[in-house]
Formats: sequence, C-alpha cells, structure tokens
Amino acid sequence: MTLTSVAQATYVIAAVLFVLSLAGLSKQETARRGNILGMVGMVLALVATVILALDLSERDVWVTALLIALIFAIGATAGTWRARTVEMTQMPELIAILHSFVGLAAVLVGYNSYMTEPADAVHQVEVFLGVFIGAVTFTGSIVAYLKLSAKIGSAPLMLPGRHWMNLGILVSSVGLMAWFISGNGLVPLAVMTGLALALGWHLVAAIGGGDMPVVVSMLNSYSGWAAAAAGLMLSNNLLIVTGALVGSSGAILSYIMCKAMNRAFMSVILGGFGSEGGKVVSGDAYQGEHREILAPELADLLAEARSVVIVPGYGMAVAKAQYPVADLVSKLRHNGVEVRFGVHPVAGRLPGHMNVLLAEAKVPYDIVLEMDEINDDFPETDVVLVIGANDVVNPSALDDPNSPIAGMPVLEVWKAHQCIVFKRSMATGYAGVQNPLFFKPNTSMFFGDAKVQVEAILAALRAREGVAV
Amino acid sequence: MRIGIPRESRPGERLVAASPATVAQLTKLGYDVVVEAGAGAQASFPDDQYAQAGATVGDAAAVWSSDVVTCVNTPPDDRVEQLREGAVLVAMLGPQANPQVAEKLNARGVTALALDAVPRISRAQALDVLSTLSNVAGYRAVIEAAEEYGGMFTGQVTAAGKTAPATVFVIGAGVGGLAAIGAANSLGAQVRAFDVRPEVAEQIESMGGTFVAAPEAQQEVSADGYAKPLTPEQQAAAMEVYAAEAKRADVIITTALVRGKAPTTITADMVATMRPGSVIVDLGAPGGGNCELTVPGKKIVTDNGVVIIGYTDLTSRMPRHTSQLFGTNIVHLMALLTPEKNGELTLDLDDQVQRGMTLSHQGEVLWPPPPVSVSAAPAAVAGPTEEELAEKARLAAAAAKRKATRRNVLYGLGAIASLVLLAAADDATVQHLTVFALAVIVGFYVISNVNHALHTPLMSQTNAISGIILVGALLQVGSSDAIVSTVAFLAAAIASINIFGGFLVTYRMLGMFRKDV
Repeated sequence: MTLTSVAQATYVIAAVLFVLSLAGLSKQETARRGNILGMVGMVLALVATVILALDLSERDVWVTALLIALIFAIGATAGTWRARTVEMTQMPELIAILHSFVGLAAVLVGYNSYMTEPADAVHQVEVFLGVFIGAVTFTGSIVAYLKLSAKIGSAPLMLPGRHWMNLGILVSSVGLMAWFISGNGLVPLAVMTGLALALGWHLVAAIGGGDMPVVVSMLNSYSGWAAAAAGLMLSNNLLIVTGALVGSSGAILSYIMCKAMNRAFMSVILGGFGSEGGKVVSGDAYQGEHREILAPELADLLAEARSVVIVPGYGMAVAKAQYPVADLVSKLRHNGVEVRFGVHPVAGRLPGHMNVLLAEAKVPYDIVLEMDEINDDFPETDVVLVIGANDVVNPSALDDPNSPIAGMPVLEVWKAHQCIVFKRSMATGYAGVQNPLFFKPNTSMFFGDAKVQVEAILAALRAREGVAV
Repeated sequence: MRIGIPRESRPGERLVAASPATVAQLTKLGYDVVVEAGAGAQASFPDDQYAQAGATVGDAAAVWSSDVVTCVNTPPDDRVEQLREGAVLVAMLGPQANPQVAEKLNARGVTALALDAVPRISRAQALDVLSTLSNVAGYRAVIEAAEEYGGMFTGQVTAAGKTAPATVFVIGAGVGGLAAIGAANSLGAQVRAFDVRPEVAEQIESMGGTFVAAPEAQQEVSADGYAKPLTPEQQAAAMEVYAAEAKRADVIITTALVRGKAPTTITADMVATMRPGSVIVDLGAPGGGNCELTVPGKKIVTDNGVVIIGYTDLTSRMPRHTSQLFGTNIVHLMALLTPEKNGELTLDLDDQVQRGMTLSHQGEVLWPPPPVSVSAAPAAVAGPTEEELAEKARLAAAAAKRKATRRNVLYGLGAIASLVLLAAADDATVQHLTVFALAVIVGFYVISNVNHALHTPLMSQTNAISGIILVGALLQVGSSDAIVSTVAFLAAAIASINIFGGFLVTYRMLGMFRKDV
C-alpha cells in the first residue's frame, strides 16, 4: 500500500460522493445533503492530493506546503467573499465567471502537462483538446459574464460570414493538432490557443441576451469537458469522472432549455436568434387598443380575487422586485387568497433563476410551480400578474405559425379571467415580437418599474384595509 | 377628412356621440372634427370644451355635410337628405329590427355603419356600444330602484333599532344584469340572480350576487354565449323560480332579452304577490317589457303599491359618462378604420368586424352580412379525409424510417471510428476512456430528473465540483521547474476560488428554499 494507492482509493470515494451529491440536488428535500456530500468529497480529494503533492515535491517540502497554503488562502478569501456578497439577481454573472476560471485553469494545466510529461501522441492529443476546450470556455464565459452584468451590450454580434469563420478556426485547429503531434513544440499549441480564445469570444458574442440560459448551461458543460480532458492528460480518474459528470449535466440542462424554447440546440449555439435586432417581425398590423390599470383598481381586483397566479420574468430580476412581490404574496395569502407562481423554464437569464430569486425573498417553494403544473389551472384563475415576462406568455407562439417563437411552449395566461401585465412600456420583448396578449380584452397593462409598482399595490391594499376596518 | 358630431334630434335624448376627450383622440387620428353648437349641452359638455379639445363648433349644415357623421341614434329623414353623397354615417341604425334602413341609406349613396351590428367577437369588444349601454343601463336601473324604494339598500344596526337589507332579484346576467348586481351589491343589498345559462353562475358570484340554481329551468352550456329560447318545460320551471323569488324580493331588475325580443318573466299574478313599496325595473322595456304590466317609457304604480319602472332612456339619464364611453367606442372604431392614422377613412370589407357592421357601401346594400363565427364557438374546420390522413401517415412513416436508417449508419460509422482510434491507443488510455464513458452515462441519469427549481444551485454545485481540476495543478506545484510551478500555482489558485465560491453560494441558496409551514 503506497501513498499513491491510498490517494487513488480516496479519489474513488470522492467520485462516488460527487455522484451522490448531484443526485441529492435533484430534490428539494435532499438538496442540502447533496451540497454537504459534495463538500465532503472535495475535502477528501484535496487532503489526499495535498499529501501526495508534498510527497512528490521536487523541492523543499516546506516551500511547496507554503505555496499550497497560499493557494487555499487565496481561494478561500476570494471565494468566500464572492459567495457571501453576491446578490441573487447577479447569480448568472457569478456562475459565468466561475466557468471562466475552470476554463483558464484547464488551459494552464494543459500547458504544464505538456511541459512536464513525455511527448507521446495520445498524450499530445489530450493536451491539445484540453487546452482547446479550456480556452473556448474561458473567453466564452468572460463574454457571457460581460453580457450578463451589462458591461457590454447583450445584442448578438453579427459578423459577415461568421459561420465560415468558426468553421475555419475548427479546421485550422485540426491542422495545427497534426503539426503539434508531429513534434513541433509550443508554436502550434500557442497558435491554437489564440484561435480557440477568439472562437470562444466570437461564439458567445453572437448569441443574444435572451438565450443566456442556454449559453450558461452550455459553458457549464464545456467547463466539465475541459476538466475531463485534463483528467485524461494527467491520467487522473477523479478528474475524468468529475469532468464527465459536470459535462453531461450541463449538456442536459442546455437540452432542457432548448426544448423549453422549442429551438434546435445548434441554432442557439450558432447564434442569430433575435438577430433582427428588436424589429417587429410579424403581427405589426393593427393589434387593437391596450387598456391601462392603476394601483388602487388593481388592489381591489386582488383583494376580491380567490386565486391569483404570478408569472415572473427577467423584468422582475432587473427591478429587484422579488421582495415586494413576496410581501404582496404573503399579504394576499394572509387574507385567504390562493396565490401561486408559474415559472417558465427559460424565464430569467439562468436556468432556475426565478426560483432562486423567489427563494431569496422567502417565498415557499411549494407554491412556485412549473409551466406544466400550472398551465391547466389558468381557466380557473381570477387574476394573473405577469411581472416582467413577455415572450414566455406570448399567445402567438401557439396561434401564429409565422411567429419567430412559433411552437415554443408558453404559459397560457390569457385563459385567466383577468390578466395584468407589468411592463415599463409597450416595447416588444427580447425576441422583438409584438405580443397580442397585451391587446386581449381581459388584459390590462400596468406600466412602470416593477418594484415601485408592486409597492404601490401594497400601499393601496393597506389603505383599503384601513378604510374597511 | 372631417368628422361631424351633430346634436341628437330624438326628443329627450341627452347623449352625444363624442366628449371633449374623445374629440382630442379623433384629432390625433388625423381628422378634423366639427361639433354642432350645443351638441353636448345636455351631457354637461359645453361648446368651449370641445373647442379647447381641438374641434370646430359649427351649425347643423356644416356638421351634416361632413365626410363622416357619427351620432347616437338613426338620424331623421330630413337630416339624411343633408348628407353628402359618398359620406359615411356611423350610428345605431338598428338593422336587425329595421332592415329597410340599409336600402334607404344606400339610395342616398351613403356608406352606413351600424354601431349596434358589431359582431360579438372579442376583438370587436372595444367598439361594442351595446355592451357600453347595457352596462350603464344596469347601473342606472339600481339607482332608479333605490330612489323609488322607500328604504335603505344596506342593512343597519343603530341605537334606534335595526333595518334589514333590501333583497334585490336580478333576472338575466348579461352585461346589464351583471352591472346591476354589482351596483346593488355595492349599495349593501342582498343580491340574488338567475339566468337560464348555468355557466354564468361564476360571473354572478364574482359580482357579489348569489346564483339562484334551478337545474330543471337551465339550459345546457350554450355554444355561442347567447341564451336560446326555452323549451316549454324549462319555461314553466323558470316561471316557478320567478314567482318564488318575486315573493321575497324588495326590488326586481329584469333584463331578459332574447335576440332583441323581451319575453315575459314577471306576470301580473306575480306582481300581485309582491309587497307594497316593492320596485320592478324593467330593462326589457324597449322590447315591450319583461313584466306584463310594464308601460314602456313610463313609471306606474300598481293597485297593490308596486312601482314598475319601464323607462327606455336609462342610458340617457347618465349622459356624461354614457357619452364618454360611447364616444370612446367610436374612437376605437375610427382607429380600426384609420390604420394609417392619417385622417383617411379606409373601409376593409375583408375584415369581419368592419364587414359585419356595414349596411351599404358604394351603391351596394351589404345587409345582412355573412354569418360570423362567434369566438365562443369556433367553426369546426373541415377535417382531412381518410385518404389524406393515410397518405400523411405513410409519408411520416417513410420519413421516420429514412431518418432511422441515416442515424444507424452515422452511429455505426462513429462506433467504427472510435474502435479504430481506441485500438491504436495504449491500455491506460483505453481504461481512462472507459471510465469517462461510464461517468457520462451516470451523469446523464443522475441529472435527468433534477427539479427545475434547483437548476441554479445545481449549476453552482457543478461549478464547485469542476474546481477539482485543482488536483491536477496541485500535483505540479512542487515541480522544480520555476515556470511549471508558477503556472500550476496560478491554475490552482483560480480553481480553488471556484471550489470555495461554488460550494458556499450553493449552500447559501439552498438555505433560502423553504417549504410553507
């Protein structure tokens, strides 16, 4: 029994714990345990690795130990600080930047592996792939981060011949790989890294802000494949297993998101949806009049309703309206109104983003329902509040075969008795499609900033009660 | 183009087809508006308010010679004579009851649009004046009843004793009936309501009324949203309900109208059983009256002291708001007719709504219009024939088969390629790839049933776990090569941020999810 074999055994246990961890995260009841199991697995793996690293250290053990301590100090400080201070509305940005870290680490590990290990062809291929995926993940995630944090515009970048450009980079990378394997040192690797960084940048730059849930989960997947490639080059089973787990998990999330938008995965990845840039694509004929409603009227409507469904969207996140919304919900529930949430799978900029925001505001998760669970209940619903959602409640997805969002499953809010849409103006949604919902006879528009407006409703409800008492 | 708003000529009419607010909206559509002097006087809209809103105040001749004339009621013949040839007349023309009006106006060369013939589809609701008028009439019916009723609608408990709330019975829960239920309820009365359509029970309750259920008197759920004539048995059962309710009611508001005709709901015998001082408001009076004793246009008191109100001008009794709402309906119509917002009226006879209300246009009588499929009951689309279906199924099967073949070929090629590559690789690599393949499959099954709400925590958790790449970097930190060591240090530091940040943020998020207690 050597130190290495003990470490390998520990890795097996860690790998099992990681699988259990992700399995635990599939249900609310076991999610906490899943999180803890992941931490335990990580601690085991790291302890084993640190001991092994100290044992293998080629220089003074104490220097290595100091470096490792410094690494953990940096990680703990920066990581804990971010984790504690991040606002839940900024989760998409945080996750995107964390992806970029994995990508960058994969690139660095790949270079190191090339420099330290003997150059046989299989290893070279692994290094090359690892660096390639890592580099794409790195810049792709950086762009995603910049777009999500609104540091750059979220409109898709449309370069002429962009598909050919991407294809060109892929083909030349294959060529460079052949050159690299034939033993020409760092040059082809470095050139490929540059090309892959450009590819990652360009791929995500070409995807519009509304497709971010897919992009973020796709980058999540890439970061997993990068880790798996690193595992292959380092012959480390734990990295392979973990990378494959993360890779397939991200791929499935992307698939789920695409299905929710009824779009082919490739067309999202290659970008261009919404490339018409907010132009009204169809239905710009006369749509009819929209009606406006004001806070006191809406408060009356809510006070007299028996069942209310709230459909939140990205607009709620932008306005940070989740707290007043939660107050409104608890007030209405206190008065005996049945309130539930209907969340579309692609609402927000991250899979499950709305759920996190609502959970942050202490909305109980058992009244937050998915689209399929709530769609049949709309005809029996008195009032639907659509807060900052647009395309996910657009009836033309079902009625208008020419609509760019045709076929996308949507929340059928127009079947409720009354539908109130919170919106800043009559502008079109992300997809640039006019929404006939706004002109339905049972729809009223409630204009203004979602947070301010929800607070206005709360004030009106309180005033109403004050009169009634 | 110029829109003329005349003073209504029917005696006692206090409405006007535009308010200053709607005049402003019409000018926004690009029209010039001329209002006859004194047109809005009865509705408390003085001429100078119209002028301020952008209209010209003119005499009758200027108004009637406009390109478009909008008024409330069918204009008398001498006014029709004043219309320009080719002019557009928008009014409640009553073509259902009076089809010859279409020919008369056509003979004058006028394009006639009947506001009371708007198809009842949801798109047209914004221009449906009948809904507007019924709504006002229902409200006003309660006000009239409250005035005649010798007591308070609401119940009171005072130091001087208590009074019971009034019991109001509403027959028919259309727009007018529902408005009456709401108004009576808000005055504090106990409201009971009956309708032969059972599906309106919920609407009645939503307005604060109690639905009087009588299954034997009620029809099947109607397909088009309208009541049908009753069968004799249903009719008899309904009459029993009315008789029973009449005995206990202080106020009856009856609104039954089946396609313009007023069936009898309250017989003279029922009135005889009512308490003195009770009030009946008959919204069916324009069609002859629902109550046998109603005198349309009059208020009468029966021998046993029951007041029966048969006013036919209830909407005129609230001229300000009725005109405002009526005028807004007209603005919606003009917006529909002026798609370019350039003040040019363009009639599109392919549009269901516009076609439905057009009586005559360019010398052609267009009444009655082709039937409109009401939104409540969409016409059944003719289904494809059996052969078409079979053909479709055959094509689909063939396509699926081609796709499956292509897929199998692709998978086969992929398998062969992997086989060749793996055979060339060394044992260790093959082992690693085995682990990799199995892990992908495990990952697939583990993640497939993750609850949607947990997607974000799942992502941050996988983020943390993929920080495991740190393992690779840590092992290289001890390298004697300074460059390798530095690069490894950097990689490890970055990856460790991931581990700490990812796990902690997941922990924080999961802590927020809570179940309702």
